[in-house]
Amino acid sequence: MMPALAMLLVERLVRLSTIDAVIVIFYFGLVLAIGFYLKGQANTSEDFFMAGREMTAWVAGLSFLSANLGALELMGWAGSAYQYGILATHWYWIGAIPAMLFLALVMMPFYYISKTHSVPGYLKLRFGESSRALSAVSFAFMTVLMSGVNMFAMAKVMQIVLGWDINFSIWVSSVTVAIYVALGGLKSAIFNEVLQFFLIWAGALLIPILGLYEAGGWTNLKAQITHNASNEYVHLWSTLGSYNNPMGIHWTGIVFGLGAIISFGYWTTDFLVVQRILAAKDIRSAEMAPIIGAGFKMMVPLIVILPGLLGLALLPDKLVPESVAAVTGQHSYNDVLPLMLARYCGPGLLGLGITALIAGFMSGMAGNVSAFTTVWTYDIYRALIRKDAADSHYVSMGRWTTVIGVLVSVGTAYLVMRAASIMDYVQALFSFFIAPLFGTVILGMLWKRASGAGGFWGLLCGTLSSIGMWAWVKADPSALRYVALSPHAKTMAQDMYQALWSFIVCVVVTVAVSLMTKPKSDAELKGLVYGLTEVPSVGDVPFYQKPLFWASVVVTVFVVLNIIFW
Amino acid sequence: MISIWYFIGISLAVNGALILGAGIYQLVVPPANPGIVLYQLHANVWWGALLLVIGLAYCIRFAPSRRA
Repeated sequence: MMPALAMLLVERLVRLSTIDAVIVIFYFGLVLAIGFYLKGQANTSEDFFMAGREMTAWVAGLSFLSANLGALELMGWAGSAYQYGILATHWYWIGAIPAMLFLALVMMPFYYISKTHSVPGYLKLRFGESSRALSAVSFAFMTVLMSGVNMFAMAKVMQIVLGWDINFSIWVSSVTVAIYVALGGLKSAIFNEVLQFFLIWAGALLIPILGLYEAGGWTNLKAQITHNASNEYVHLWSTLGSYNNPMGIHWTGIVFGLGAIISFGYWTTDFLVVQRILAAKDIRSAEMAPIIGAGFKMMVPLIVILPGLLGLALLPDKLVPESVAAVTGQHSYNDVLPLMLARYCGPGLLGLGITALIAGFMSGMAGNVSAFTTVWTYDIYRALIRKDAADSHYVSMGRWTTVIGVLVSVGTAYLVMRAASIMDYVQALFSFFIAPLFGTVILGMLWKRASGAGGFWGLLCGTLSSIGMWAWVKADPSALRYVALSPHAKTMAQDMYQALWSFIVCVVVTVAVSLMTKPKSDAELKGLVYGLTEVPSVGDVPFYQKPLFWASVVVTVFVVLNIIFW
Repeated sequence: MISIWYFIGISLAVNGALILGAGIYQLVVPPANPGIVLYQLHANVWWGALLLVIGLAYCIRFAPSRRA
């Protein structure tokens, strides 16, 4: 073990060898090298904030998926698979695939041909300045806070898994991210996200391969899970006819709350992921990118859900909730992925697995910071503070905002360290905006009668209704029976129904206010609304290069997978 | 401009070489207590070799000299 690292180590879940440490250090060196290399290619605002709009479908698509594939996501959902069984897969399939395809085929043309720099930028074009200001300020504020929360969570995980000092983890990762994003802008973030994608698969794919070998195949694994837990842990849909399943959720919550609202809100309007697609080089690449992302998203349960299920079947000790683990010293559900990593991975492989987790954390942070920088510079600073500066001034502002955004994130991480309950509030706050924002954007794209006032008041009322429901259940937990429509509903169901109701409130208010106010003229809405916009062709290409063909392939695989694991 | 795929090739090749090296070392000098399940499969040897081959293929295919 290297002396400098050894000094920082205390108790740990796994112990890195010298070769593991070399692999981790090589990763840090490579991402910084990419940042320095790309510095010379981020001289204009279009380069810095939009990666020059020259990304291929593959780069944009893998980056689009990778921005969502953070290590917290990996470890958290592996833990959820251990806790809830295969039901956790819904967040990767019905909770993602339809929305990603909808983004590709229906929404992407409007984002792309409007040449907007951001989702708030689209709202400005469609509804006016007030809607943009509301969504930009809330997005920028929440993104930078979320980045800090994730940073603290990462440092905590590194402390538990590797024994690293929390301050060391926070500062090393944040300074690295600040350097490579400030130097190379969005292109640097995207390149590193694609690199992270490969590292995650290279580091995590061995777990399901060796795990299935040890378990004796899928059939034996299911039998072992049924023995250790129950038969309900290995069925995707057949237990959702009532709330009496491991997750305590009804199929209506999964289909309408998760599948129709939350996932559509996240995958089609969260600028953190949409920004990657806006960097595509042409309309065909912009449409293909989410489809490529969807294809790989369907495979992610292999390295996330399956390790959780393998842990349920194979780990000798029973894992417990975080709250119990804190008291008893046992391992929690969230430790299942590192535990499986330590179970199969010797020197070298362990370093690669840990590098994959670190890469996931840093990439997520870089995604938040680059999205924050763009929204701050374009939708707040240039729109509200200084409209007519030189292009170089906005690039400079972008670089400084990157550094400041990272520092605010670090401050938030330390704030969370002092008061852990803040983490719950920040994560809850972020979810308030997603569902109503989807309502506003989709009405804006598909209904030309939606007016500027309708868009603004719908977004505001939808968001406030979401906050109201959350506060109601917080003050009186028994109110969950009203929000989620059942006395048997559990916490997971709250998010689904809260999203559904806030979306409905947003749509109803938007429609009502729009019908009472004056809409924009058809000429003003050209290029922004369905029916008034000539959607550009993807070009004269063979059928197997058309987005619609590949979307059909993805849909077919999606349906077959759901039937197989019904 | 250097392709992103070239950087990925470098990453996979270097990591593969390091993992393969660690695996071969363990074959030559077997540890008294491997500390992992399924040690007898020597996953670091074949997984390291696989990453090395894929990495080298990317490095060759996307080498800056080929694109110039």
